Amino acid sequence: MSAEAVEVIKEQKAEPLFSKKNRKLLSNPLDIDNPITVQVLGICSALAVTTQLKPAFVMSLGLTIVTASSNTVISLMRNSIPSRIRIIVQLAVVSLWVILVDQLLKAYVYDVSKQLSVFVGLIITNCIVMGRLEAYAMGNKPWPSFLDGLGNGVGYGLILMSVAFFRELLGAGSLFGFKVFESVGLHYQGNGLMLLPAGACVIIGVIIWIQRAINGYRESH
Amino acid sequence: MENLINIGVRSIFIENMIFAYFLGMCSFLAISKKVTTAFGLGVAVVFVLGLTVPINWLVQNYVLTGGALAWISPSFANVDLSFLQFIVFISVIAAVVQLTEMAVEKFSPALYGTLGIFLPLIAVNCSILGGALFMVGRPYNFVEASVYGFGSGIGWLLAIVALAGVREKMKYSNVPGPLKGLGITFILVGLMSFGFLSFLGFSL
Repeated sequence: MSAEAVEVIKEQKAEPLFSKKNRKLLSNPLDIDNPITVQVLGICSALAVTTQLKPAFVMSLGLTIVTASSNTVISLMRNSIPSRIRIIVQLAVVSLWVILVDQLLKAYVYDVSKQLSVFVGLIITNCIVMGRLEAYAMGNKPWPSFLDGLGNGVGYGLILMSVAFFRELLGAGSLFGFKVFESVGLHYQGNGLMLLPAGACVIIGVIIWIQRAINGYRESH
Repeated sequence: MENLINIGVRSIFIENMIFAYFLGMCSFLAISKKVTTAFGLGVAVVFVLGLTVPINWLVQNYVLTGGALAWISPSFANVDLSFLQFIVFISVIAAVVQLTEMAVEKFSPALYGTLGIFLPLIAVNCSILGGALFMVGRPYNFVEASVYGFGSGIGWLLAIVALAGVREKMKYSNVPGPLKGLGITFILVGLMSFGFLSFLGFSL
């Protein structure tokens, strides 16, 4: 058994698996420490894959898997990575996981994988993954790092899904491909503006506005 | 020559990395508070994009595509390494970024201080890997790929300096509290991108 594995066990004995601190790691990124609306990470894909709910959902799932697992791996290796080349090491680990996710998507949901095109590959350069590795996994133990990755992935997914919800509903009048307005007998003319990335920018802006109005977070400058 | 100018203009204005593809948004939003720092980061991105796209073109065409290794020995003609594309491209990018980081640290410590974490994060600036992946999808030759990489970088620089200019002026306007900072910036970017949509009509 490696030294790291021993460390994990020791740590699990020292504090319960879901102590208050660890629960915070999961819940903070959902609201007051959200990767998209507060940390400003991972914006590119949030704008690009949110025209429909289905690709947005697959993308969030993929990103959550990649963030959580690469956080864990990097955290296990953190004491043996020389700081000069840490970026290359981190990217190598991340791209391994992304290649795995990419191949899985191609095998099981080929149409969605086609729709996401370069954006699965771009998970590698999704700043959430790198940002969390730099800011958290490099200095913390594997289990909290895993939770941190999971929480940030879910926080990202939450914003992605809400943006996709409005874009698909207003842009195409459907949800998960189900025609909402037609099913209740109304005709809906799709709003092409919502399908453009520019529309997504405005929606995210408004989501940030609402979120900050509720939780009271203010930027000081 | 005309062809090259077309690719340059197209990559700067029509297919602008920021306003048409929304790549490289994270650092775009975070470093655009002041024009001077924005310009510094923009120049770094131009440098990295202008260098990595041609290098990745060489890698793609002489190592990765099916049959590309035939120049070593005819027996490699059936080898197809394109599944390694992501990991090879990103390694090239990370290496170039690490070099840039060392160069900036040595020659301009002030800029190094202000760019902070965003310098290493150029490696994960989506526009860099995005540029490489778009380049693969298009039938460019080596010179065209270099022009494309450089042009995309210039387009990115243009966009971040423009946004930083607007944000500096935003200080004097009365924005509702919760919308301050990131929120209004998003809406700004949306509006600027509407403006850039007008370039879509140009055909070169």
